[in-house]
Amino acid sequence: MPMNSTESFAPKIVAFCCNWCSYAGADLAGSSRLAYPADVKIIKVPCSCRVNPMFILRAFEKGADGVIICGCHPGDCHYSTGNYYARRRMTLLFSMLEYIGIEKDRVRVEWVSAAEAVKFSETMNSFVLQIKNLGENVRLGDLRCKS
Amino acid sequence: MQRIGVFVCHCGSNIAATVDVKRVALAMLSENGVVFADDYQYMCSESGQLKIAQAVKEHNLTGLVICSCSPRMHEATFRKAAEKAGINPYMVEIANIREQCSWIHKDIEQATQKAIILARAAVAKVNLNSPLIAGKSPVKKRALVIGGGIAGIQTALDIADAGFEVDIVEKTPSIGGKMSQLDKTFPTLDCSACILTPKMVDCAAHEKITIFTYSEVENVSGFVGNFTVDIKKKARYVDSAKCTGCGLCQEKCPSKKALSEFNCGLSNRSAIYTPFAQAVPNVPVIDPLQCIKLKTGKCGLCEKVCAANAIDYTQKDEIITREYGAIVVATGFDVINLDNYDEYAYSQSKDVITSLELERIMNAAGPTKGHLERMSDGKAPKNIVFVQCVGSRCADNKGKSYCSKICCMYTAKHAMLIRDKYPDVNVSVFYIDVRTPGKNFDEFYRRAVEEYGVNYIKGQVGKVTPEPDGSLTVHGVDLIDGRQVKISADMVVLAAAIEPNASVRQLATQLTASIDTNNFLTEAHPKLRPVESPTAGVFLSGVCQGPKDIPETVSQAGAAAAKVIGLLAKNELTTNPCTAHSDELLCNGCSACANVCPYGAISYQDKEVNDHGIRETRRIAMVNTALCQGCGACTVTCPSGAMDLNGFSNKQIIAEVDAICR
Amino acid sequence: MSNREEKVLQISGVNPRKCMKCGKCSASCPSYDEMDIKPHQFVSYVLNGRTKALAESKSVEKCLACFACVERCPRNVEPAKIIDAARQLNVRQRYGDTLSANDIPSLIDEDTPQQLLVSAFRKYKR
Repeated sequence: MPMNSTESFAPKIVAFCCNWCSYAGADLAGSSRLAYPADVKIIKVPCSCRVNPMFILRAFEKGADGVIICGCHPGDCHYSTGNYYARRRMTLLFSMLEYIGIEKDRVRVEWVSAAEAVKFSETMNSFVLQIKNLGENVRLGDLRCKS
Repeated sequence: MQRIGVFVCHCGSNIAATVDVKRVALAMLSENGVVFADDYQYMCSESGQLKIAQAVKEHNLTGLVICSCSPRMHEATFRKAAEKAGINPYMVEIANIREQCSWIHKDIEQATQKAIILARAAVAKVNLNSPLIAGKSPVKKRALVIGGGIAGIQTALDIADAGFEVDIVEKTPSIGGKMSQLDKTFPTLDCSACILTPKMVDCAAHEKITIFTYSEVENVSGFVGNFTVDIKKKARYVDSAKCTGCGLCQEKCPSKKALSEFNCGLSNRSAIYTPFAQAVPNVPVIDPLQCIKLKTGKCGLCEKVCAANAIDYTQKDEIITREYGAIVVATGFDVINLDNYDEYAYSQSKDVITSLELERIMNAAGPTKGHLERMSDGKAPKNIVFVQCVGSRCADNKGKSYCSKICCMYTAKHAMLIRDKYPDVNVSVFYIDVRTPGKNFDEFYRRAVEEYGVNYIKGQVGKVTPEPDGSLTVHGVDLIDGRQVKISADMVVLAAAIEPNASVRQLATQLTASIDTNNFLTEAHPKLRPVESPTAGVFLSGVCQGPKDIPETVSQAGAAAAKVIGLLAKNELTTNPCTAHSDELLCNGCSACANVCPYGAISYQDKEVNDHGIRETRRIAMVNTALCQGCGACTVTCPSGAMDLNGFSNKQIIAEVDAICR
Repeated sequence: MSNREEKVLQISGVNPRKCMKCGKCSASCPSYDEMDIKPHQFVSYVLNGRTKALAESKSVEKCLACFACVERCPRNVEPAKIIDAARQLNVRQRYGDTLSANDIPSLIDEDTPQQLLVSAFRKYKR
């Protein structure tokens, strides 16, 4: 797998956004024209607690360079407690990532409310930069299905 | 195998200017399951929807992908269009290529590539969609209004007049809110109490309205149409049913040192008190921190003088549980704490006051019986200086970033009223901008300047210095005149910023309604749904949503009431069919899912199953779809993978992940 | 924006566009009457490319660096830092960066406020 330079490297980034806060925050970032890199692709989930750690591993298995999970601020979850579960699950998953062979900095959890368009855009900008600095996700290259 | 149609919307030039829509449509034709792809100017228009219907018919489509604006905008539109065309509405997925693509990217190649990937993910998902049928849930025909100020009162009256029951929960001993503290109202100068108290009395007399004063919301559970709310009625120590409101207890109470909250701490009240004469209900409360009987066991004077025998020192807080179909938040505002503004000497001098305090001083029922007096020595002031924007429009960490909206107008009102009643008093107003957008507002401000001779100075005050002789030196600047000004004043009035009432933070958490960084409640859409919270069944009324004056508050209150009436008029609501379900062959009855469910929607049943020919009775999780809200917490918790979520199944999300990473 | 304006913004770290023109800086300034260019005008002098006039004004010498305007500015614009930067332009031009830390003890007496020492270091640092 060829290593690209930081400029030409377009990372594949999957963002899981909860329907109530972060997805709406992303929409507001759009209507406020707050740009962030096109490398970020958003998947809508009802709540951050819907994000199964398996989805994240699947993304890396399929060649994603970074995965970010965005939910409502703690205490503000539309379903009262969903983001607390997400926080615990992700903390546990992230603690084992290095062991599996994935750099810890390839994942992140952020709380973005429906009103925080600026935070959404800034978060995505900084996350993409972080991933670009890490370079391509090659550690799992051999394990991947090549089809 | 699905037969999918993809429709790419131009959204005028909103999408088409940055995304090559034709290329997106073309690319989709080679995706698995896609049999038709097209682009169109406005998919949401009638002709756009007609296009969908035609394509469904001609190509025998079973699923639709619309590449357009956010699903939060038009998902409902396209689902309805699909239903009309004969497809199950849940066979539609939206690829958000406007908010999350064309509007934030400039490079056409990049944006087009991203749009193709987003569309691909949506196609991959639709391939795995299955038709869903929405359920029904009943609606409790009663509304709860939290907060009994003018916003809450107006909302409650409007809902009640439509024939629905309404409860008002107010945390102070009387309804009325901030408006009851005001003297006159701009721009017509009618007396605040004169227009408010009839509404308060209407509320109390209305057969459909129940008022819980001195009460707070303790807990909220349930969902739109079916909220269950615990209301804590704080101990009043007075039996509301027996009390006649004669007022003798307040007269005889020996503990009279407490500061009156109603008069902004400018006068005292007794330990047993009603906040003001026109209080509704006219039933006093005993302040347990001030009452001698409750503190020491001695006294009991009020009990002795009460002819109605209404005093009850043994009363306890009481929890009342009621069910509601809709909840309106009308918690209002407070004036900010001015401790951080040392330069204005608010905490150093009694003669530096906030505008709300001035309202009380000007009011005939206030601490000075309506005479304009200095709070320090009771003398009549000769020179009064008003300072605008104290804590509003700040980028520092002391104040609020927003404009409080009402200060320009009430300052003009105060200045005008003072000049009218006391023509020999000099009134100066330091302003940064005078903002008067409203009917007859600017005319009102100009009258203050032109007819009443109020001295408006463009500039800000840097410092207020209390002098030994009791006067206040105001150091300001006149930017138009280009000089510093020093005014020796007897009274300085600060137009302090307003902020949402502190209770709103906890309330927002209880209601799972979202708030912004200034603690204002967020509306479902800033333009099109301004009185609804993003949480279904929760509505917003008054300043809890953003600064506004009385006419605006009343119109918003009416709008919120209309939304509530629209909801309560329905006998049942369509429930979200995206609920969880468990695979009975995989479920091992471990209870993990029930433990994480925030709605108690999961129960267990002993059920006979046929597992590959083995018949046995197993303990199996069952989801009550009327209670399930579809968060998905259980799906991830389930160790055996038996739980899955309709509309967001494991397979669907993984298909999206794969499509994006392909 | 010319080199000089950029230099002032870089030295001061001020964003003049944050100003909402309320004038609280001028209202707070103890040297207001001594100044020919008033504190609330500093931002517009930089924005309108008149930094040279600002650097040559009396205000440069009359600002006491009391920081009342910095403390009270509701928008965190910090006008004192602009005039301080203008002053620094002059200092650098006239004398170069010639002061070394070793020279300072002999130049000061006990009454010298600490603020002045800190400012001197900023102005004369190499």
